[in-house]
Amino acid sequence: MPVKTLFVDPSRCIGCRACEAACRECDSHKGESMVMVDFVNRGMSVATQPTVCMHCEDPLAPCAQVCPVMAILITPDGVVQQADPSRCIGCRNCVYACPFGVPKFDVKARLMKKCNLCYDRTSQDLKPWCAQVCPTQALWYGNYEEFINQREGHAVNITSFGTQSVRTKVYQVLPEETPRLDLAALLDEARAKGERGAGNQPREEAWVL
Amino acid sequence: MSVNKDFFQPERDFNYDFQSTGKPPTGWSEAARVPETLVPTHCCFCGVQCGMFLRVADGKVIGVEARDFPHNRGSLCPKGVVAYQQVDHPDRLRYPMIRRGGKAGQLERATWDEAMDYIVSRWKQIQAEHGNDAVAVYSGSSMTNEKCYVMGKFARVALRSRNIDYNGRLCMSSSAVAYARAFGIDRAPLPMTDIPLTHCMLAVGVNIAECFPIVMQWVWRARDKGAHLIVIDPRETPLARTADLWLPVRLGSDEAVINAMLRQVIVDGLVDEVYLKERTNGWEEVRAAVEPFTPEEAERLSGVPAERVVAAARLYGRAATSLIMHGKGIEHSTHGVDTCLACINLALARGQLGKPGGGTMMITGQGNGQGGREVGQKANQLPGYRHIDVPEERQYIANFWGIPVEELPWEGAAAPEMIHLMADGEIKSCLIACSNLMVSLPENEVVKRALQRVDPLIVVDFFLSESAELADVVLPGTVWCEDEGTTTNLEGRVIKINRAADPPGESREDWRIVTELARRLGRGQFFPYQSAREIWDELRNASRGGKSDYYGITWEKIDEQGGVFWPCPSLDHPGSPRLFTERFGHPDGKAKMFPIPYRPPAEEPGKDYPFRLTTGRVVYHYLTGNQTRRLGFLNSQAPEPWVEIHPQAAARLGIVNDEVVRVRTPRHSMELKALVVPTIRPDTLFIPYHYGHEHSVNQLTNPAVEPNVKIPEYKACAATVEKLSAPAAPSGPGDVTINFTPENAPKMFPYEVGETKEQPEKESKTF
Repeated sequence: MPVKTLFVDPSRCIGCRACEAACRECDSHKGESMVMVDFVNRGMSVATQPTVCMHCEDPLAPCAQVCPVMAILITPDGVVQQADPSRCIGCRNCVYACPFGVPKFDVKARLMKKCNLCYDRTSQDLKPWCAQVCPTQALWYGNYEEFINQREGHAVNITSFGTQSVRTKVYQVLPEETPRLDLAALLDEARAKGERGAGNQPREEAWVL
Repeated sequence: MSVNKDFFQPERDFNYDFQSTGKPPTGWSEAARVPETLVPTHCCFCGVQCGMFLRVADGKVIGVEARDFPHNRGSLCPKGVVAYQQVDHPDRLRYPMIRRGGKAGQLERATWDEAMDYIVSRWKQIQAEHGNDAVAVYSGSSMTNEKCYVMGKFARVALRSRNIDYNGRLCMSSSAVAYARAFGIDRAPLPMTDIPLTHCMLAVGVNIAECFPIVMQWVWRARDKGAHLIVIDPRETPLARTADLWLPVRLGSDEAVINAMLRQVIVDGLVDEVYLKERTNGWEEVRAAVEPFTPEEAERLSGVPAERVVAAARLYGRAATSLIMHGKGIEHSTHGVDTCLACINLALARGQLGKPGGGTMMITGQGNGQGGREVGQKANQLPGYRHIDVPEERQYIANFWGIPVEELPWEGAAAPEMIHLMADGEIKSCLIACSNLMVSLPENEVVKRALQRVDPLIVVDFFLSESAELADVVLPGTVWCEDEGTTTNLEGRVIKINRAADPPGESREDWRIVTELARRLGRGQFFPYQSAREIWDELRNASRGGKSDYYGITWEKIDEQGGVFWPCPSLDHPGSPRLFTERFGHPDGKAKMFPIPYRPPAEEPGKDYPFRLTTGRVVYHYLTGNQTRRLGFLNSQAPEPWVEIHPQAAARLGIVNDEVVRVRTPRHSMELKALVVPTIRPDTLFIPYHYGHEHSVNQLTNPAVEPNVKIPEYKACAATVEKLSAPAAPSGPGDVTINFTPENAPKMFPYEVGETKEQPEKESKTF
């Protein structure tokens, strides 16, 4: 059976935080979101990026490996669970070990919290809340074959940090190699035919008051 | 690493060391489970009306669950996810309140009887002294069709007042009239699910990503199939960020760009002459009218580089199927109707209307924005999109309601005019339902003066809105899921809202409140309703034979089909998802084209006010924010307004990001934080409009209105921004360019009682 997993496509993210709102609805962490949406750089663009637990497969869950009390469990289908509250001692090893900066330490509760891919829902064949509500399908849940049939973009599940790589259960979607449309050609066409009128030099638009 | 890696083999059943700990208890015990039901319904926010389930346990709404409805496919935006939190909100109004001791008094708890008796006795007194029209109803269209219908009937039959209008006037009236003029039917001609069939999308003045996030999934489905996207917007919105082509247009000059695109389509020979000949009237005039709009002229008028206009025209014109989506950006304008008509001209010239996935699509903003304007609560409309000035249609509704046609009032004041009638003392009392005028109307100071002068001002709401704070009587209404009924979403799909909870405290459904008022006014025989369903059945019959024919839409059919598109003239009719496939709504079956000249906004920058100010939504809030500002998650994301400034402008003025600055217009000034970002034109400022009191941007906006439909120009006025350390110059008429004001507009209310407008003008207002 094809494995369902999460696909994260930041190019589609509109920063509406529906995923955060929905994540907060879970009864196991009501009012707190385990998915984070951030502006990449609001001073430059409206682009936003959702961050979810990537559920590392190889190396398997660094957060779980460094946990001294084995509070972070991994299900047979590779979902890295959140720290078992009865075991977590709040040492924060996992926070330092995670290559993606996902686990959040709740100082008040002295517990680590992170996404468990809505295990209560996904084990019942429902989508995790974030992907369920995402209006643009920037967060998309399903299997790889469905994804490449339906969607543009290049889904990868290997992230490299210099010489080290991590293979994750969750996929990130990168742009296709070739641009879909050569706009510069259309603009050049307009210029070449002199449609701007004789004597008017092409220039950058007037960004002045 | 001190970990025993054996524990982390993925093949292992479980990673616990059960030998030492014993098997932990799993799951919840059945005894502790609260039985939960899922009530199928729809979101209360925005015109998309996403399907959702409400989780109900023990009579309380405890959460939300995804519902796979045809147009939202289980998705929700953040507003939809937390909408249910309104139900047991601590701010809910639970009992009626009266301001005892006049305007200086406090709102105090009262019984329903006391409140109703007071209202009715004052109304009788006012109407006896000043005539029936001195009592007005200001309604809204975030309510079900049933409630909207009862509001219209209440004003005309129980109060016998001509003065009823609704907040849709501030929302969609431009495109409503444009569609009615061009096509004869005011409805988006295709369902959202058709969007992926298009090859090129042109979004004009609509921030789909933030205002209608759920529509984005259909845009993306089209993009996945290779469709192009062109965005015309003064801001680089999240939609524009991903577009193939962004045309950063100067506020209010969209017409120039659209006309220039049409001219370029003609020059390139991409016009569908056969379609124009067979299915439209007026093409030659339009062709002549767009001739002066060369790309250079468009650049001069709109600030969009000529090459981009040409590239946009080619991208649009070469697509086999193309769709224009437009919204408030072009509608909130003194020439909003014209700009919509310019878009329609472009689509007709390409022969797109009636094609699956092609044409134009207005993106209606309000929850029931489409239904609210069809069921007869607009000043000039009767149920079924009938016109109050057309004798046969008046007669039909008068007969249907069982009143003499002479008793049926004529057209009354439009919402922005009503405020002036209140301020001038013409309207003595007003019932406001589902509206928050103190935030939504331009020139808040005038609105405040008007609402304080009206006595009694009655507000029906479920939260104490900025307008309810000024009321003399506040009546507690219900949130959407405490009542049942239908709404019509932005596609024209009629859907069913189901009841998930009982009204809290003493609050009552709005239609029960109005029905009871009618009874006490001695007109109870016209309002015999015991349930929303009875109102629906009456509304279906009232709309029968009208333009928006709901007759065949039963609640059962809505459940069976996943919504029904009007017109649906008979019980065995499946509804009409796609319009204009063979003919348009005019008697000759052809679409009308209107030559559109360029007109600037009413107020343009001058020496004293060098910037252009526009307003709009953010994704976390809905309309005046009376609901969303009370929901923790949404409010935490955007608790107060800000002003967006381009870095070039900010650098000149020495303004840095996050600094509190003063924004001033000829009307007023306000202080708010600056957001210095390059995603906006340097000559433009943007402030979101969802906030009240000193945070309301409508203190600043221009009250100039479109001459025909009276929609205010929220989207363009002259403004200046300055550091707080700058000397506080008083706001006032300075050096600005005034192109158009309410005073020099062609004709404003009041018309004479019983006056029917001359034919040319009436024709332009039909529907």
